[in-house]
Amino acid sequence: MDEYEAASVRPNDMPLPVQNYVMIEREEPPSYLKEHTIRSWLLTTDHKRIGLLYLFSIIVFFAIAATAAAIMRLNLLTPRGDLVQAETYNKLFTTHGVLMVWFFLIPSIPSVLGNFVLPLMLGARDLAFPKLNLLSWYIFILGGAIALYALLVGGVDTGWTFYTPYSSTYSNSHVALMAAGVFINGFSSILTGLNFIVTTHKLRAPGMTWMRLRLFVWSMYATSLILVLATPVLAMTLTLMALERIWHVGVFDPALGGDPLLFQHLFWFYSHPAVYIMILPGMGVVSELVCAFSKKRVFGYMFVAFASLAIALLGFLVWGHHMFVSSQSVFAGMIFSFLSFAVAVPSAIKIFNWTATLYRGSISLDTPMLYAIGFIGLFTVGGMTGLFLATLGVDVHFHDTYFVIAHFHYIMVGGMVMAFMGGLHFWWPKISGRLYPEFLGKMTAIVTFIGFNLTFFPQFILGYLGMPRRYHAYPEQFQVYNDLSTAGASILGLGYLLPLCYLIWSCRYGKRAANNPWGVKGFEWETTSPPPVHNFEQPPVQTEEVYNYPPPGNEAVAD
Amino acid sequence: MSRVLLAEIQFFPDQASKMAVRVDTLLIWLILLTGFVTFAIAVVVIYFLAKYRKRAAADRSPPKTENLAVEVTWSVIPFVIFLGMFGWGAKIYFKESIDPKNAMEVHVIGKQWMWKLEHLQGKREINELHVPLGQTVKLMMTSQDVIHSFFMPAFRIKQDVLPGRYTTEWFKATKLGSYRIFCAQYCGTNHALMTGQVIVMTPTDFAAWLKTGRETVSVAQRGEQLFHSFGCSGCHAAQAAVRAPLLEGIYGSQVPLADGRIVHADERYLRDCILIPNTQIVAGFEPVMPSFQGRISEDDLFAIITYLMSIGSSPPEANIPNR
Repeated sequence: MDEYEAASVRPNDMPLPVQNYVMIEREEPPSYLKEHTIRSWLLTTDHKRIGLLYLFSIIVFFAIAATAAAIMRLNLLTPRGDLVQAETYNKLFTTHGVLMVWFFLIPSIPSVLGNFVLPLMLGARDLAFPKLNLLSWYIFILGGAIALYALLVGGVDTGWTFYTPYSSTYSNSHVALMAAGVFINGFSSILTGLNFIVTTHKLRAPGMTWMRLRLFVWSMYATSLILVLATPVLAMTLTLMALERIWHVGVFDPALGGDPLLFQHLFWFYSHPAVYIMILPGMGVVSELVCAFSKKRVFGYMFVAFASLAIALLGFLVWGHHMFVSSQSVFAGMIFSFLSFAVAVPSAIKIFNWTATLYRGSISLDTPMLYAIGFIGLFTVGGMTGLFLATLGVDVHFHDTYFVIAHFHYIMVGGMVMAFMGGLHFWWPKISGRLYPEFLGKMTAIVTFIGFNLTFFPQFILGYLGMPRRYHAYPEQFQVYNDLSTAGASILGLGYLLPLCYLIWSCRYGKRAANNPWGVKGFEWETTSPPPVHNFEQPPVQTEEVYNYPPPGNEAVAD
Repeated sequence: MSRVLLAEIQFFPDQASKMAVRVDTLLIWLILLTGFVTFAIAVVVIYFLAKYRKRAAADRSPPKTENLAVEVTWSVIPFVIFLGMFGWGAKIYFKESIDPKNAMEVHVIGKQWMWKLEHLQGKREINELHVPLGQTVKLMMTSQDVIHSFFMPAFRIKQDVLPGRYTTEWFKATKLGSYRIFCAQYCGTNHALMTGQVIVMTPTDFAAWLKTGRETVSVAQRGEQLFHSFGCSGCHAAQAAVRAPLLEGIYGSQVPLADGRIVHADERYLRDCILIPNTQIVAGFEPVMPSFQGRISEDDLFAIITYLMSIGSSPPEANIPNR
């Protein structure tokens, strides 16, 4: 407990600045949503409001990137690719990749849900550096604006991977501008990661030991480590690429004396850990959802928590599995293959532990739980096919085909986006103070699951048949699967449009939410819905183990 | 042949080599194993969801929430299975990486957006590769511009083709027919059009096909002519005024360098010596050779190296069938 005494300047020890105001107005402190001026949003340092700022921004980026995907899928309805020209198609998949990876997936759970619930879960009033948190958002918007500008003036056609020497020498599109957008965005990631790490170390409520942290906090902590350690490498790599492009400094292009493979090593040294930035937060949300809707402590708390750290650390050692056919040495290929299997073990542990948590629980299948179950199913398929790709002899065939596309969409969309939707529904009563329509929510979760599988399962077969990725046109024998995929995408699109509509609807017309509508454990459910500006009227104290649900059948926690 | 062009529902790609069979066998095991585990997880999850749903009567006496033995079991068993997958996959990968014996060599140059191929007999092709049935074919590949990747799904092999270096892949067709070639590494605007066909013929048909078209000299002969026209022989010849290493027997030998290293003189070494000569000076010689970077095309470079190989210690004549 010495940490609490030592940190005498923590915000929790300061007097509540809104206290007087509260007493004059009424019993309850005003919600964080009370102020309505634009200024109150743009200059806020409240982590909850910043979380919402991120939510609005990533919805915009998601919409643009999803539209790009929709046009691509329509183009692939016919083998000749009749809808758009090859050049346009290449710009579309680059737009889709860059925006989805850096401006949607990476900030999705950490910057939206993490920002909103991490301090609440810890019993803190805000993140450790609230102003830095606002700065992160402005940097994110600046990076995003530059990326959008690059799209408006003509776009980029390198793919999100920016492979050299195509990107540094041959491409005639706005590569440097787009790279600048991604580069700047990286600082937003680093600052958010730093903020989360310091907050987790310094602002935990009294009594909240490390072994009493929520699993979502553990996953945010692991994610933040990667954000802080890996993102600088991306910045350096993009800088080198831009130097070669603008001033012809020979780094990657053999014609200038460089080595094109060096770029791939550097890029994947960041981008493979980045894949875990895009899935660890999802795992954290699912851990929360499985406990909450089984009304039970997670099975094997320590293993689930440390699996996150193991994934974060091992994730730094597997980048070469993106390069099995790149002409890296056979020996290197074998080491990277072995390590890739090793990193699969902690993921498997998580799946087994979630399953075991259900045992003898008291399970309710509300919308967030449906998304969590969907996550477990789709992530399992994504993980299993990841094993195929880690298997050297098989990857030689699958590499750069639609099999890879299907695999990572099972992880990124089937995993992370399902988890994001689940988390968003779960915390929506806390965020908005309103309930969303439950029946519609459940239907949407099911529609998303069906649409997703119809979109991406055929792509596994396409990949096995040999259809390469990033093809604007393709041989006729692949058409059936491409058409199935496009049909699925239209259903999936509906699955994303519906929540947008009914969540907005619920802000005004939804039933008012109780403080703890799910009847679950956790500090965020002990404060009001929506919470007051500084989260808690009285700083909470953790007096029991985490997820300490009473034995089922004796539902004492229901409000 | 026409089957490939027909639009029909296909579940398996053509399987036209032993390597394809090897890869598919492993793949089928992977599918069965992971499919079984996925199915088992799904069954258990659904069973729990049904049995322990909120209003259902069930035994809910609190189970243990920590169990080291269980955790270790479900960590170690997958790990052991993973080791098996790793070993099997690595074995195939290793086999693919070994330089085949008695292979027919074909040179491949990738450029935006076509494949240029040349048989050692001098016959050239664009986006088509004719090969005889049952003959191991080794592709020696390089790119003139960006990174490409030579992918033949029917043989389950793929290898990136890089500018500034040689990469190889090999296959041995076991079935007549024509199979697709794709560029698998995104290479710019018309990436999707950088495709072609491998045409597997009987050895007699192949020999007849080689004789079609206009007369050609072999790549090695063309290389010898270039060796003179680029002025290489002005120094690298016994009677030359400038003292430079003689190149007879150089290919495949161990070359001592001025900086003390000993290198194996393979295609890559010869290529580097021509383009960036001062990085690998042979022991006992002056660094006087000019660089040919930017002055020689990739196919001429291939020809000169092939010539040097033909006068090397392991002459490639034996590797050219039907000559």
